Amino acid sequence: MTATAGDEESSGAVRVVGRRSLLRASGALAASMLVRGGASAEGAAPPADHPWSQSIGAGVVDRPYGKPADAEAGVIRRNVPWLTAGTESSISFSPLQDLHGIITPNGLFFERYHAGRPDVEASQHRLMIHGLVERPLILTMKDILRFPSTSRIHFIECPANGGMEWRAAQLNSLQFTHGMISCAEWTGVKLSTLLGEVGLKKEAKWALVEGADGAHMTRSLPLEKCLDDCLVVYAQNSEALRPEQGYPLRLVVPGWEGNVSIKWLRRIKVGDKPWYTREETSKYTDLMPDGKSRGFTWAIDAKSVIAFPCPEKPLGGPGLYEIRGLAWSGAGKVKEVHVSTDGGANWRKAELKEPVLSKALTRFTLPWRWDGGPALLESRVIDETGYVQPTISQLRKIRGTNSVYHNNSIQTWQVKADGSIFDVQTG
Amino acid sequence: MFRPADWRGVIGALGVLVSMSAALAGERGPLGYGRAPTAAEIAGWDIDARGDDGAGLPLGKGDVARGTDVFAEQCAACHGTFGEGEGRFPKLVGGKGTLTGDRPEPTVGSYWPFAVTLWDYINRAMPMPSPHTLPTDDVYALTAYILSLNDIVPDDFVADKDSLPKVKMPNHDSFSWTDPRPDTVNKPCMSNCFDPKAIQIVSTAEGKNLTPRTTGPLDDMQPK
Repeated sequence: MTATAGDEESSGAVRVVGRRSLLRASGALAASMLVRGGASAEGAAPPADHPWSQSIGAGVVDRPYGKPADAEAGVIRRNVPWLTAGTESSISFSPLQDLHGIITPNGLFFERYHAGRPDVEASQHRLMIHGLVERPLILTMKDILRFPSTSRIHFIECPANGGMEWRAAQLNSLQFTHGMISCAEWTGVKLSTLLGEVGLKKEAKWALVEGADGAHMTRSLPLEKCLDDCLVVYAQNSEALRPEQGYPLRLVVPGWEGNVSIKWLRRIKVGDKPWYTREETSKYTDLMPDGKSRGFTWAIDAKSVIAFPCPEKPLGGPGLYEIRGLAWSGAGKVKEVHVSTDGGANWRKAELKEPVLSKALTRFTLPWRWDGGPALLESRVIDETGYVQPTISQLRKIRGTNSVYHNNSIQTWQVKADGSIFDVQTG
Repeated sequence: MFRPADWRGVIGALGVLVSMSAALAGERGPLGYGRAPTAAEIAGWDIDARGDDGAGLPLGKGDVARGTDVFAEQCAACHGTFGEGEGRFPKLVGGKGTLTGDRPEPTVGSYWPFAVTLWDYINRAMPMPSPHTLPTDDVYALTAYILSLNDIVPDDFVADKDSLPKVKMPNHDSFSWTDPRPDTVNKPCMSNCFDPKAIQIVSTAEGKNLTPRTTGPLDDMQPK
């Protein structure tokens, strides 16, 4: 008699029930069966059950805040120890190679401190607005939370992102060549609302924004930008800012270099001229090859990078892959991204993944059949103003190699025949 | 239900009322949250000194001799006895003529465009372990000392709110304050842009031994 497929399944089910009865009948036998079951599951999961499928899991609030899976413990911010004298005035890098979307988890958002991370007591924190205003104002956090609120998604990038690569390819890692960028949903009050509350005098043209950290970090900002799209925020990705990101209050200046988005914001002074602070004279200025320097270069130019594959994520062998990457522009939305697999000789248009937001990270993908031969992967973004991401040679022709900041050049990843990936520059 | 449009209405209506009565009331904004700071509260936080004209510099003064002592006590551990720098902490002196070279050394003397900025930065951010704790006169004295180390002022210089804005810094005229970007033009060619065989790899991070670990524990690579 020929058994049907259904019969086989039901007889299998009977056998399983029978085995379970045996397990219940004998503790010693049950233990040996479990060991055998675990061993047989290795390498070929279905149809075997793993131990986690044969036991009851932890209850809710076992981890009241939550944490990533144990195997993801290596997905963390990292720093380059040889870069700075200590960690208090330093930067950490976001692990872009392990992130899959445009939102950076709060615990992985890159850090930049000028005098270490202060742990500010929110109940004692105040924001003062004064200077060329009609009505100077001092606000508690409770006051600030009452204002009409706004949420927007924006990236923040340190202008030194890629700064170590001005002279040559140096760091074999996406995290370290591009990780000084992160992107989040910010919630707070429009700066224009706060400035409306104090009333601007007619001579008012600039604002000095100051933090409550040990650096009393300050930058000058033109009022047009303050009134355009700046936000004074208390929340990041829906939860209160973390201390690393300016708890309880920070400024977000969309599309401009990260250091102007003052953290632990405590003071806004309105004036008629810029202040020429240390950060905008000796630090965040661009040194040109003729010895001249550019000050007030705030905007982040359009930039993109391939995030898979990358040095940390090599290829496993010839076949079809999806090249994935991130693109952004301080001038608005990403319009197009092109990808080359032959070092820029030929390009294909990548697919942009929704949402495509202004001054936010945008994901792009392109299918690629790797034949196992050497390849040079590059991506190139065009933003909505028509600006095209330059090559490193084009940048160097104008700015030399000492400008440190605003290296938005096309990145080249070299693919070797074994699938390993290296950071290179071509000429 | 309260919608964003209602906020605009409230803010708009209150704005008109308040702008008419602001001169009389003098303390309430359209929404009325918060309060006016006292003069003492403003004075306590109004610490900035403006680089180009010294607006905000307080009364007080300090000379080079006093600065020598304060520097030895508060600054030399990181910046070296004569501002030459220590470890990877910044040099404050030297670097003259290096800005067009292969290894620029941007220091107070070689790079900073305004002397008042030095006062402002020392006052707000130094000494690093205990920022904004120095007496005003000591901040003036340190400013005088660092300027004299750079041969910008004579040894008998006294720094105060009148003298500092008049100091002409050597690199003052090398800064432009308008952004000339975009400064590159990349034409988006799509196919056969050049012969791929002509491409040469001119630099690679492979084997440079500069990259910290990206898996496992945090790296503690020492300065190179």
